[in-house]
Formats: sequence, structure tokens, C-alpha cells
Amino acid sequence: MDFANFLIQLLNSVQYGLLLFMLAAGLTLIFGIMGVVNLAHGTFYMLGAYLAWFFTSHFDNLLIAIVLGALLAVAFGWALEWLLIRHFYKRDHLDQVLLTFGLIYIFQEARSILWGDDVHSVAVPAMFNGAIQLTENLSYPVYRLVVSAVCAGLALGLYLLISKTRLGMKIRAGAFNREMTESLGINIRFIHAIVFAMGVGLAAVAGMVAAPISSVYPGMGSSVLIMCFVVVVIGGIGSVRGALVAALMVGLVDTFCKVLLPEIAGMAVYMLMAAVLLFKPEGLFKS
Amino acid sequence: MTTRRNVLTRSAAALGAASTGLFLPELARAQSDKVRVGFMLPYTGTYAQLGVSIEKGFLMALNEQGGKLGGKEVEFFKVDDESNPAKGVENANLLVQRDKVDVLVGTVHSGVQMGIHKVARESGVLSLIPNAGVQVATRAQCAPNVYRTSFSNSQPTLALGKAMMDRGHKKAVWITWNYSAGAEALEGFEAGYTAAGGTIIEKLAVPFPSVEFQALLTQIAALKPDAVACFFAGGGAAKFLRDFHAAGLSKTIQLYGSGFLTEGVLEAAGPAAEGVLTTMHYSDSLDTPRNKKFRLDYVKAFKAQPDVYSVQGYDAGQLLVIGANAVKGDLSNKSALYAAMNGVTIDSPRGKWTMSAAHNPIQDMYLREVVKGENKVIGIAGKAVADSGAGCRMG
Repeated sequence: MDFANFLIQLLNSVQYGLLLFMLAAGLTLIFGIMGVVNLAHGTFYMLGAYLAWFFTSHFDNLLIAIVLGALLAVAFGWALEWLLIRHFYKRDHLDQVLLTFGLIYIFQEARSILWGDDVHSVAVPAMFNGAIQLTENLSYPVYRLVVSAVCAGLALGLYLLISKTRLGMKIRAGAFNREMTESLGINIRFIHAIVFAMGVGLAAVAGMVAAPISSVYPGMGSSVLIMCFVVVVIGGIGSVRGALVAALMVGLVDTFCKVLLPEIAGMAVYMLMAAVLLFKPEGLFKS
Repeated sequence: MTTRRNVLTRSAAALGAASTGLFLPELARAQSDKVRVGFMLPYTGTYAQLGVSIEKGFLMALNEQGGKLGGKEVEFFKVDDESNPAKGVENANLLVQRDKVDVLVGTVHSGVQMGIHKVARESGVLSLIPNAGVQVATRAQCAPNVYRTSFSNSQPTLALGKAMMDRGHKKAVWITWNYSAGAEALEGFEAGYTAAGGTIIEKLAVPFPSVEFQALLTQIAALKPDAVACFFAGGGAAKFLRDFHAAGLSKTIQLYGSGFLTEGVLEAAGPAAEGVLTTMHYSDSLDTPRNKKFRLDYVKAFKAQPDVYSVQGYDAGQLLVIGANAVKGDLSNKSALYAAMNGVTIDSPRGKWTMSAAHNPIQDMYLREVVKGENKVIGIAGKAVADSGAGCRMG
């Protein structure tokens, strides 16, 4: 592999890793802070993509679609937490798995009824519909760089929110010691609702941002979900920083194995996970 | 020791079983003189549309006979196979043992097909495959009672090689998902392209069902082939077409594929699909009187546009009609039934095709180009393309 090719693959890795991070961040927050195993996380990604398609077909503007879709997704997450999830905080993980597994079926069926089972596409916004020529016959779509930038921006925002703000402090405190935090008069239920809604929002926004590069289709959430769990486990459950590092690692390993060692590409990320867990059974950044 | 309670529970169980229909089919069968047709198709999930198309096509063939088979009334039984291979055997058994069907029509998913195939081989019930291309069903594990009216996975790509060489594309990269259908498509491509004098400079594979193609597209750009040949279907196909186009590869490298690359995804792929060349046994735009009549009748009957799956279902229906007519609706007369169906020529909307000795269609493969969002037939890539049927011993 020559140097230019290597650099381009590095770019591919980072872009894939950042998109994975967007999804895994919500999952790890919900898991780490609320203790809820959320198998339905992948379907929020799918719903996001369908929302992007639905709104762009009405407004013809991806930015409006993303803003509308994000608001809708956050509201939806809030309602879901209020209706169902909050009753499962103290229940066994198996009960949570059962609940969220059932939700997958419900959301899939709802999507099927609302929007059908067809494959759709979302047009890349005209503003970013160009490409940067990298080698004589390969160009890199500008929109992929935009996706990377948006994901990186959200990662930074998330970091600032959690480490620098009062709300972030409460979230961290709630994750560290729930009873103590409650006895200090902090409304932990409210914090949980915010975290869950934020997680749903992040997954949906990832789906919406990815919609123009990934076509929109029924099964798109399921394969992504597995990768998210791998990222969360490698990074350490509950650690947003861990999720970022792990997502980038998974992006790198997946991309370079596809190119250099295609025979093991299908299991490379799982081997990475096994290797990490061998030395760090709690993940890289278990707090 | 038989206690009163035992007697009670046992009779309750027997009653329960009877009321759920476990015992009923035997009775029903003795009384009725109908041909029992079982559909095992996906009616929910990703492949739901395909299942519905197949069923409509099949019904249309029967409707052309006044809804009868060999002069007998037809009774239908349906099971949603959910495209779930884990339930393949169980679902097929429901139709064969509970409903006592005379013929089993199904299915789309190759994994589920293997479940049906197991049941068909064990029970000897007539099995018509209207889509699944899994090759072993008409190769090493072929059976006298199993007929396919669609294609084997390697068939469309078998015809691809010559078309590529005719267009001067001597060095190609192959890319697909790393799973059995992809491997079987590669087998056809490798045989056809090498025989035509082409060289496959690299075989790339993406783990199924991953749709992260970017890394391999970069790799393709570095390899600088004359052409890329691929096998993808459904949502992944649309994404591959878009990614290939967005990476700027479509400007310099011609993309070829098995026909499923551009079936049902043209709207989603948009301009990215323009100019892509594929080979398949059918195209909506096939300009023959037979196809035009079929499409018109279909629209009239179902208020929906037919697709390749409708055609395959229609041909399964046509095949059954021929068999049933030969035995006057008595499908239990197996030797006469199979004799009528073996080596048959089917007058299909895709063009006439014949049944191979291994019970797979010997059919023409069309070369199609995507023009303005439509698969336009631009020629015949292969006349009477047959699957090798390797290892098939009927008996």
C-alpha cells in the first residue's frame, strides 16, 4: 500500500469511527448512567434515517429535516422514558433486554406500516454535493467530510456538556452514586429522562446525517447495533471518552482489515474486543 | 395406573388437539376433492414485497385456467416464513403435516429454502422454488420432486464475462458480500469471465451484511481495473451504487453486476445507477408481445406492477398447471406428474425456457443498462444459459 492510499484509508477509518461514536455515545450513557440495556438503539438510527427521508421529501432541505427530526426524536425519547423505561431501572437486565427487544419489533412494524419496506435515498445537499480529487481516479465526497465534522462537533459538545456544566456534574454524580445524589436533593428521575432523550436524539441524528451516504432501508439498524455494543464494551461501559477512543479503534481495525486481511475482516473487530478485554476486563476507560 | 384425573387430562388434551386442527386435515382430505397448495413465503419483513409478488404471479397462472388445476378446485394454505432460517423446517412441516398440502411453493431466502428442501426430500411432497438461488438444491441435493423456476445464484453472472470482454474490459475486480450467495455468484463470474479471456485481478469481499464499502472503493481506485463486477442486492445494493458513484469511480471504471444490483433499488440509487450494466433472466422493459400481455393482465388483475419475482411465481404456477393437467389434478400420481414436468418448455414473459435435468431453468440472460432510471434491455448476454447441475443424481 503506497502512502497516499494509506492516508485515504486513514481518512475512511476516522469517518467511520466518528459515525460509530455518535451511536455508541448514546448507548454507553444510557447503559452506564441508567443501567439500562437498550437493544432498540439501532432502530433509533433507522428511524432517524427514515425521518430524514420523510422530511426532505416534504421540505427539500436536509438541515430543516435534521432540526425537525432531532426535536421529534428527543421528544419521542422523552415520552418513551416516561412511559416505559423508567419502570425498568430497578428491574433485572434480562427484563430490560426483553422490553427493548420487543420495542425493536414494534418500531420495525410501525416503520413498515408508516413508510413501507422499500429502499429510499436522501439527496446530498447541493452545497456539499462535490468531491475532492485525491488521486487520478479517486475522489472523496465532500459530504463525508461534513459528516465527520458534524460528528466531531457533537463529540466536543458532549464532552463540554458532561465535564464542564452543572447538568453534566449531576449526570456524573448520578452515575457514581445514585442514592447519595438523590439525598442531596437532585432530581435523578429528571436527569435520567434527559440522558435517555439525549441518547435517542444522538442515534437519530446519526441516522439522519448518515442517510445521504447510506441509503435508507428497513434492516439498517441491526448491523449497526452490534458494532455499537462492541464499541461500548471496548471503551468501558458508561465512558463517553472510552466510546470515542474505541469507535476510532474499531474504525481503523475494520477499514484496514478489509483492505489488508480480507479473510478475517468479518471478525477482526471482535478479535480486537477480545484482545482488549484480556488486558482490561472492564474496558479501556471504565470509570 | 389410570386415575380419573389422567383420563380427564388426556381427553382434554385430545379435544384440544382436535380443535386446533391437528386431527382435522385427515378428515377434510377424505371429504374434499381439491388440490391443496401451500405457500411458504415471506409476508412480513424485508422480503414481504417479494413474497406478495410471487403469490400474485402464481395466482395469475392459475386464474388463466379458471382458477383450477387439472379441472379440480384449489385450496390454499399460507405460512409466513418470516425469512427466518431457524424456523424453516418447522414452518414447512406445518404445511406438509398439518395441512397435508399436495404442493409446497416457496421461498425467497436461501437459508429458509434449505429447511423446505429438507422437508421436501424427506416427505416427497412436490416442491416448487420460485426464487431462492441456493445451488445445492439443484446440484448435489437435487430431488425428483423439487423444481426451481427462478435461477441458480451463479447463473446471471455466468453470462457476464463475455459481455464484459466484448466491451473490451479485460481486467476486472470482483466485489461482493462474504456469504454463500456471494460466493456462488463469484463462481459463475469466474467461470464465464475466465473462459472469455478476462483476468480477475482481485476478489474483494465485505462481511455480510455490512454496508461500509468506502475502504474497498479506495482499494479499487488503487488497483485501476478496466471494470468492476459485483453481486449486491436490496438496501446494500443501493448503497454500493451510491458510494461507487460518490467516490468518483463511475467516471473511469465501468460497473457490472448480477441483475439484482439494479432490481427494486433504482429510485433509491438515483443518478448513481445510470449506465450500470447487469445481466439477468428478466427485465420489466423486455419488449416482447408475451411480456407486454403478461404485464397488462397483471396490472388489470392486481392493480400493481409486476416484477421479476412475479414472473418467477407465474412460471411456478405455469409449471404446476402443466403437471396437474397431465394427471387430471391427481397430484398423487407422481410418476406421471414428474414425467409431464421434466424437460418441459415454459412460455414465460422472460422468453421461452426449458427445465434442465437437474430441475433448474435453462434460460437466456439479458444484458441490461440503466437508462433514465429503468433497466433497459440492450442485448442477450447468453443464450440458453444452464447451471452446471454438478453432482446431481436423480433417484
